[in-house]
Amino acid sequence: MKTRRDFIKISSLGLGVATLSASKLNLFESLKSEEDHETEKLFRQPTYCEICFWKCAGWTYFNEKKKIIKVIGNDKDQHSNGRFCPRGTGGIGAYYDEDRLTKPLIREGKAGSQTFREASWDEAFTVIADKLKKIAAESGPENVALIKHGSAGDHFKTLFQAYGTGNISAPSYAQCRGPRVESFKLTFGEDPGSPEQTDIRDTKCLVLIGSHLGENMHNGQVQEMAMAIDKGASIITVDPRYSTVASKSKFWLPIKPATDMALLLAWINVLIEEELYDKQYVEDNTIGFEKLRHHVKRMTPEWAYGITTIKPDVIRKTAREMANAAPAVIVHPGRHVAWYGDDVQRSRAVGILNAILGSWGRKGGYFLREGISVPKFPIPKANKPRWNWKTALNGQFPLASQSPTNVIVEQSIKGNVDEKYRIRGWFVAGTNLPLTLPETDKFEKAVQDLDLFVAVDTMPMEVTGYADVVLPECTYLERYDTIRSSPHREPNIAVRVPAVEPLGDTKPASWMAKELAKKMGLGEFFPYEDYSEVLDWQLKKMGSSLDEMKRIGVKTFPRKTPIYFAEGEKYRFKTPSGKIELYSERMKQLGFSPLPEYTKHEEPPQGFYRLNYGRAPMHSFGRTSNNPNLTDLMSENFLWVNPKVASIWGLKSNQKVWLKNQDGIVSDFPIKVRITERIRWDSVYMVHGFGHNNKKLKRAFGNGANDSQMISKVLIDPIMGATGMRVNFVTFLKNDPA
Amino acid sequence: MRYAMVIDTLKCVGCSDCVVACQTENNVPIGYCRDWVVEAVNGTYPQLELEIRTERCNHCENSPCVRCCPTGASHIVEGGVVLVTHDECIGCGACIESCPYDARYQHPEGYVDKCTFCLHRVKDGLLPACVSVCPTRCMYFGDLEDPNSEVSKLLKKRDYKTLAPEAGTNPHIFYLI
Repeated sequence: MKTRRDFIKISSLGLGVATLSASKLNLFESLKSEEDHETEKLFRQPTYCEICFWKCAGWTYFNEKKKIIKVIGNDKDQHSNGRFCPRGTGGIGAYYDEDRLTKPLIREGKAGSQTFREASWDEAFTVIADKLKKIAAESGPENVALIKHGSAGDHFKTLFQAYGTGNISAPSYAQCRGPRVESFKLTFGEDPGSPEQTDIRDTKCLVLIGSHLGENMHNGQVQEMAMAIDKGASIITVDPRYSTVASKSKFWLPIKPATDMALLLAWINVLIEEELYDKQYVEDNTIGFEKLRHHVKRMTPEWAYGITTIKPDVIRKTAREMANAAPAVIVHPGRHVAWYGDDVQRSRAVGILNAILGSWGRKGGYFLREGISVPKFPIPKANKPRWNWKTALNGQFPLASQSPTNVIVEQSIKGNVDEKYRIRGWFVAGTNLPLTLPETDKFEKAVQDLDLFVAVDTMPMEVTGYADVVLPECTYLERYDTIRSSPHREPNIAVRVPAVEPLGDTKPASWMAKELAKKMGLGEFFPYEDYSEVLDWQLKKMGSSLDEMKRIGVKTFPRKTPIYFAEGEKYRFKTPSGKIELYSERMKQLGFSPLPEYTKHEEPPQGFYRLNYGRAPMHSFGRTSNNPNLTDLMSENFLWVNPKVASIWGLKSNQKVWLKNQDGIVSDFPIKVRITERIRWDSVYMVHGFGHNNKKLKRAFGNGANDSQMISKVLIDPIMGATGMRVNFVTFLKNDPA
Repeated sequence: MRYAMVIDTLKCVGCSDCVVACQTENNVPIGYCRDWVVEAVNGTYPQLELEIRTERCNHCENSPCVRCCPTGASHIVEGGVVLVTHDECIGCGACIESCPYDARYQHPEGYVDKCTFCLHRVKDGLLPACVSVCPTRCMYFGDLEDPNSEVSKLLKKRDYKTLAPEAGTNPHIFYLI
């Protein structure tokens, strides 16, 4: 239990957080509060949130005693529009969590058992630097991988590039957005980015393919969805589960899992057959339309009905709904799209659908993002690595533009690759790999074969339990980080400034990278004492300064290019042809289907159910499941089970069951059953990020089940290496299998 | 002056930001809450309806909690806001029993606690904490006696309901449906 903070007293006027107009102020003047809220002076520093990847900019409020009181959104920020989501508001819990890592830890073998002992930073860095130098001397710096997520990764990237490795990887690629990145690059020449360039606030029709906006609390997008609802936009949601957004949709299509591709192709068929597509746009901006028309000819709604269970008239009606709204229509690219191993192709179908509706570059469709580049702080040029993860792949996954973390894992296991190309050391920053990666067995095998495993985190996560050295990072409220510069409607930047000193012996990643570099003789790559010097130098080059940014938090710059296409504009896309490539010559050259095809996916065997997983709005992955504020909102996940299935198995609400998957893997912990009509009878659903097995997480340990543990099978996308994870089937064990 | 809250169930996604914001703002101990989220599902797959709404004290005009309070700790102030004076509360719990909305809880320090419409903020010209953070902007706060206030306008324009109208409490939280 978190200790009770002092009563919160707001001295609002001096802080500029008033959200009501002056006339409203008068309205409240006559009011006399009987509540004993004394006022206390509060101060603030700008930050951007690190609880998820949306990176909303806001303010950390603290009192004279340097006690953090709350975190509130910055009104000028396009990611948050001044309003944080529950995770951002509960972000103070990341700071106050009493289970935080506070000292560097070194693994020690003692009489057969292994323990961690607390160490000084100097000792921890010495151990790491010695090992890194040894690996570099014996094999090469390339044989070490940096695996990262979030802001800490930026600083370590500089370090490991200086060290000489190109094996830098983030699970957010092949376990999440990767298929979408490559498919949109193939089709439109660019990836929809983060935040996505979806013009939801002005759309007339929003189409979601398995995307559960509102449960995934992608702040700006959820806000814009609410604005669109206010303005009467229609929503079409395709999901086997009656998601929150399904309940707000004009059309909910309760599709049979794993058949989305057939629906997308049938929609394209209807738009073309009924001549509802944007003819001028297609003529001006795309190539391959005739091939597409021919390709989808036989993919009628009747054909798709047999596959998807969605009735032909519903497929036609929804296609017309999109066409009526076009070009103010968005078929959303989704975010986590690594589902079935043909995900680039499915995302291609999403892209093609958008293209023939003419939504790219149009108001209410996809706006054109514009960003501002942050000047690079002058550091020496690093040596080019002699090889990287691509070398050992020998042409496999040809469109992988970033390194799939699953490939790094494979390449770390002895015997999988030529020893010359084997990854011998991992430096993992800000990502809890055992809960993030599927195929836990491969992770564990790789870990056994490593010579060095360093984990950087704020919390004792599962990943830190495997490490040789654990480095305790301070939270985002206690540190400077790189400038946030995410292209959006208006180019903008945001800064993160510490509100308080780092707790205990925790340190920012910027400091760790610099000090470790010194130990490794790479100090010249970090020519500063404090990271704030880098920020001030960069900001001054951009016409601002750290001082100014401390006052405003977010700075917006005027656009230099239009946000939408001009009427009849023939835009030059960044594809080889300069057009939207409905038909992809590049895919054909690589031996892949140049137009998306439907592939039948395996169905659950008798007595098993497809495991679907997703998010809850108050949690981010597994990283918030010990946060005192957020755990108070949701402390465990539940297994959603259709009442028919529950009746067959004799399951009762809140009954604990263990899960067993198709490979015989049994969950470490039981999960409570939630019997609900909101889920199809052929699948079950759970929120990702629970079932932690690190006892150091006092609140999260053993609460609910870990979906990643059940994902022992993946279907790898041959195009870019993403791990399709919705191909696992589970059954229930009513008695403790232990 | 009659304060009221209007909540648009068509926009609410049940994210619970209102709950954390309230806990943080009003120092509600972890494990307790002054506001919470309800999800009501109706129908069978795939003919389903789901209503999501954030609930709290309804600041009733005819408030059973005030009527049954033996010490006068529960009382109504200007604007129709129902408050509890912590010092005068003996924690007998009669008000908790009498509330048809289950809006009150026993604070670990012995008194009964509940939503205050964040009067301390309102008096400073701010919105209640829950309203001020809501990402979907599904919550509105204002004066029902002012015909030009956002809440008055919304209730004129849209269909709405109140909770447990049969209790005759004349509640002041309105749900747009």
